[in-house]
Amino acid sequence: MDGGRLSIRHWGWSMNDLTRLANSLMALDDKLVSCMKCGFCQAFCPVFDETGEEGDVTRGKIALVENLAHLVIQDPEAVYERLSRCLLCGGCNFSCPAGAPTMEIFLEARAIVVSYLGLSPIKKAIFRTLLPNPRLFSTLMKLSSPFQGLFIKKDNSPQNTACVPMFKAFIGERHIPMLSKKTLSAKVGTRDTPAGKSGLKVAFFPGCMGDKIYTDMAEACLKVFEHHGVGVYMPDNQACCGIPALTSGDLKSFGKLSAYNLDLFAQGKFDYIVTPCSSCTATIKEHWQNAEDLTSAQRAFARTLGEKAMDINAFLVDVLKVTPPEGAGQGKIKVTYHESCHLMKSLRVSKQPKDIIKMNKDYQLVPMKEADHCCGCGGTFTLTQPELSAKIGQRKRDNIVASGAEVVAMGCPACMMQISDMLARNHDSVKVKHTIEIYADSLS
Amino acid sequence: MLSDSLAKEFEAIVGKENVFTSEADRQNYAYDSCVWTPRIPGGVVRPTNTEQLGPIINLCYKEGLPMTVRGAGTNLSGGTIPDTTDTIVILTTALNRILEINEEDLYAIVEPGVITAPMAAKIASKGLFYPPDPGSMSVSTIGGNVAENSGGLRGLKYGTTKDYVMGMEVYANTGDLVRCGSRCVKCATGYAISPLLVGSEGTLAVTSQVTLKLVPPPKASKAMMALFPDMQSASKAVAAIISAHVVPCTLEFLDHATINYVEDYVKIGLPRDAGAMLLVEVDGHPAQVEDDAVVVEKVLKDCGSTEVVVAKDAAQKKNIWEARRVAIPALARAKPTFMMEDVTVPRSKIPAMIAGLEKIAKDRNVTIATFGHAGDGNLHPGILCDKRDKQEWARVELAVDDLFNLGLELKGTLSGEHGIGLAKKQWLEQETSRGSIMFSRRLRNAFDPKGLFNPEKIVGARG
Ligand SMILES: Cc1cc2nc3c(=O)[nH]c(=O)nc-3n(C[C@H](O)[C@H](O)[C@H](O)COP(=O)(O)OP(=O)(O)OC[C@H]3O[C@@H](n4cnc5c(N)ncnc54)[C@H](O)[C@@H]3O)c2cc1C
Ligand code: SF4
Ligand code: SF4
Ligand code: SF4
Repeated sequence: MDGGRLSIRHWGWSMNDLTRLANSLMALDDKLVSCMKCGFCQAFCPVFDETGEEGDVTRGKIALVENLAHLVIQDPEAVYERLSRCLLCGGCNFSCPAGAPTMEIFLEARAIVVSYLGLSPIKKAIFRTLLPNPRLFSTLMKLSSPFQGLFIKKDNSPQNTACVPMFKAFIGERHIPMLSKKTLSAKVGTRDTPAGKSGLKVAFFPGCMGDKIYTDMAEACLKVFEHHGVGVYMPDNQACCGIPALTSGDLKSFGKLSAYNLDLFAQGKFDYIVTPCSSCTATIKEHWQNAEDLTSAQRAFARTLGEKAMDINAFLVDVLKVTPPEGAGQGKIKVTYHESCHLMKSLRVSKQPKDIIKMNKDYQLVPMKEADHCCGCGGTFTLTQPELSAKIGQRKRDNIVASGAEVVAMGCPACMMQISDMLARNHDSVKVKHTIEIYADSLS
Repeated sequence: MLSDSLAKEFEAIVGKENVFTSEADRQNYAYDSCVWTPRIPGGVVRPTNTEQLGPIINLCYKEGLPMTVRGAGTNLSGGTIPDTTDTIVILTTALNRILEINEEDLYAIVEPGVITAPMAAKIASKGLFYPPDPGSMSVSTIGGNVAENSGGLRGLKYGTTKDYVMGMEVYANTGDLVRCGSRCVKCATGYAISPLLVGSEGTLAVTSQVTLKLVPPPKASKAMMALFPDMQSASKAVAAIISAHVVPCTLEFLDHATINYVEDYVKIGLPRDAGAMLLVEVDGHPAQVEDDAVVVEKVLKDCGSTEVVVAKDAAQKKNIWEARRVAIPALARAKPTFMMEDVTVPRSKIPAMIAGLEKIAKDRNVTIATFGHAGDGNLHPGILCDKRDKQEWARVELAVDDLFNLGLELKGTLSGEHGIGLAKKQWLEQETSRGSIMFSRRLRNAFDPKGLFNPEKIVGARG
């Protein structure tokens, strides 16, 4: 783990290396100049909001990348450190008045700088061996799950998290979610059912977290598909979508994961590919087709697949036309909704999950202040920047608690993990649910 | 760069975590929103309470270090670009407390790092109104607004920042706290120092507190949009509205080029052949608003508007404002570099200015699209270019020179709201006189004998 700072030390850069690095970054020049330095991102960057440092806001990061490209700064590690203090939440991309493609800039800049600096050894081990190898990943999970009691003390929190006394030094105060006893793929195996009354068939991509941690949530999705007569193609050996590798600048691993998944899904026939994880959806939609080292057939398929990728809430509301009845949302249980960044700002899905919550008549949707403020997870950000992540998360937690809701719902497992962690740390009784779980509960 | 021993002295004042000296950190305070060459400062300090300002200034003064105070760094004149590589940037972002919102006496007391829009929202939540609304208010600081005398869309009826500053507390070059103005509506006590400090761009003292006037909010408002075949008739309409004794709270225009860039971007069905668009909003007592709206609508039609749309409800009002709201995004997307000027001319000279700008664009072979505040003659000619293209950039520099010359010929002023900073310095004498420059320098000298407060800005401290 990086522990916040890049662990690989400067081993003396030759000017030659730096010039090569700068030249690679110049490929981004057209994107970099589209930032007009207006500074408006100060209003929507959650990291800047905590620290108030120009180097943490979009404009500041872009300026440093620009300076590195022009060799005004000759310290790639310092630039990488700033780049890694970013949730990749897309807030800036969504609101930038100049339309600067900030997500492309950050992903590409990370990849270029990492290719010069090298990945940290632990990230390398995870991305290059574990994630692209779903069988090994699952085996390790299977092995570690029965043993997790040894290392992890269940904290009896309503969020079902556990704190890790042995690893405190390693991951701080984090309450990590309990691993499921059995992964979804081990429980359900490969599924390939024909379209039912809806006449539709989807490929289901539960994502690593849906498969290994929030298995109940993934099963709720299957239940909802069944209820609506939607056929499911779900091979049991899916690999991670690759977003952690992509955001860490490990394009090689990302390319491998993309190719592996593309080959897998090329074997099925379906109308849409649906996920309960906004990051997975965004990755399948936007990033697989740009992965490196794909064959032209794989790339063409990735484009088709990208067009078919949908968030499950959007699929239910926009395709299946699930509509809450008049006057819905008057139930007893108060629930508040967190707008996950990738769902709202990348996929622009915001109304649909709320409609899905309203499908359960036991619930009443109450507003949350700053509902669209990031939860602080940001994928690997939460691991590399634990303190900042916790500060941003604390603000989310405070807003959740202030809403007076008993349940907080969202459409992204990564947010579920972060928000559960924050609530558990504060000993709050608010339960964390995926919107689909709420809907599935209402179906007999 | 700051020596280790000096860095330690600053750390003793503001704490280690609030002194930034690394190369990367310093590079992040080398620029602002102005298209002007960045300069990397020697160090950055971030006081966390206003009392730390005195000792910081004392230390800089003792060591002869120039100071640049920085809020959000969104000014468009280079006001926060450090003057030397020794400069200490003083960040006000952590001085961000709203100290008081007084609902009985209608004022607010705030620290300089308070951000404009959230402050205005908090004031609104108490049923009061802070009118100045610069386009950057979602991020700009009150310290920056005061130092630039920022204006906004509501300038015509409600005035600009200067009209809302009742009093200030600032730290002088000696490190002493200076109090000026008061929280009373009337104040004839001593020199009127705060009006001099407003718009002084960080060249006279460091602001630590501002007392702002608040007003009751208007009870109703109504928005209208009108299209004109040319700028001439739109401008006639503006004059006619004023002579009909209606003072709209906002009176904005978009020229032909801007209308087309907006349409390219949002495709809301604006007629591409329109010569100008006016957006008018009247506010006040509901009955008055109704009367004013009728008058304005008639004037717009009489002056040759080809289409007038009056918003019937909040949703329609939002639609009407859409074109203006997206003007900057539309222009900023069109080309890599977007330079926004703020030359201001007497209202009646707007058509001449627009015609002149069109000629400059043609003569110099550059792209200019203009929008702005028709009510107060404050234009925003936007120059769209790519600063990496050296030849184009050279033409842009000539066009900018033409633009200011034209504005001054029409008896206008270089800046309506963005300030002079570094970017407009070279034309200042032309607008004023050699005597004005020298007088301003003597004035500065009295406030800042060593010339360390933002020394190169406006008139420069010496020479
Ligand atoms: C897209 C865009 C739109 C804009 N629209 C408008 C507009 O509609 N109207 C308008 O008027 N301006 C506008 N501006 C310009 C700018 O936002 C304003 O000038 C704003 O007031 C600057 O505030 P700031 O906090 O960013 O100040 P900064 O840029 O940080 O500083 C501005 C000046 O104030 C000085 N200063 C800051 N704080 C202090 C202090 N405490 N004591 C002494 N001096 C201080 C600085 O030294 C500097 O000279 C716009 C800018 C952009 C990028
Ligand atoms: S990223 Fe966008 S919002 Fe931020 S400074 Fe650049 S142009 Fe402005
Ligand atoms: S992606 Fe999010 S965290 Fe990163 S710079 Fe943009 S707004 Fe800030
Ligand atoms: S986005 Fe996250 S949860 Fe989804 S597959 Fe990738 S790593 Fe797993």
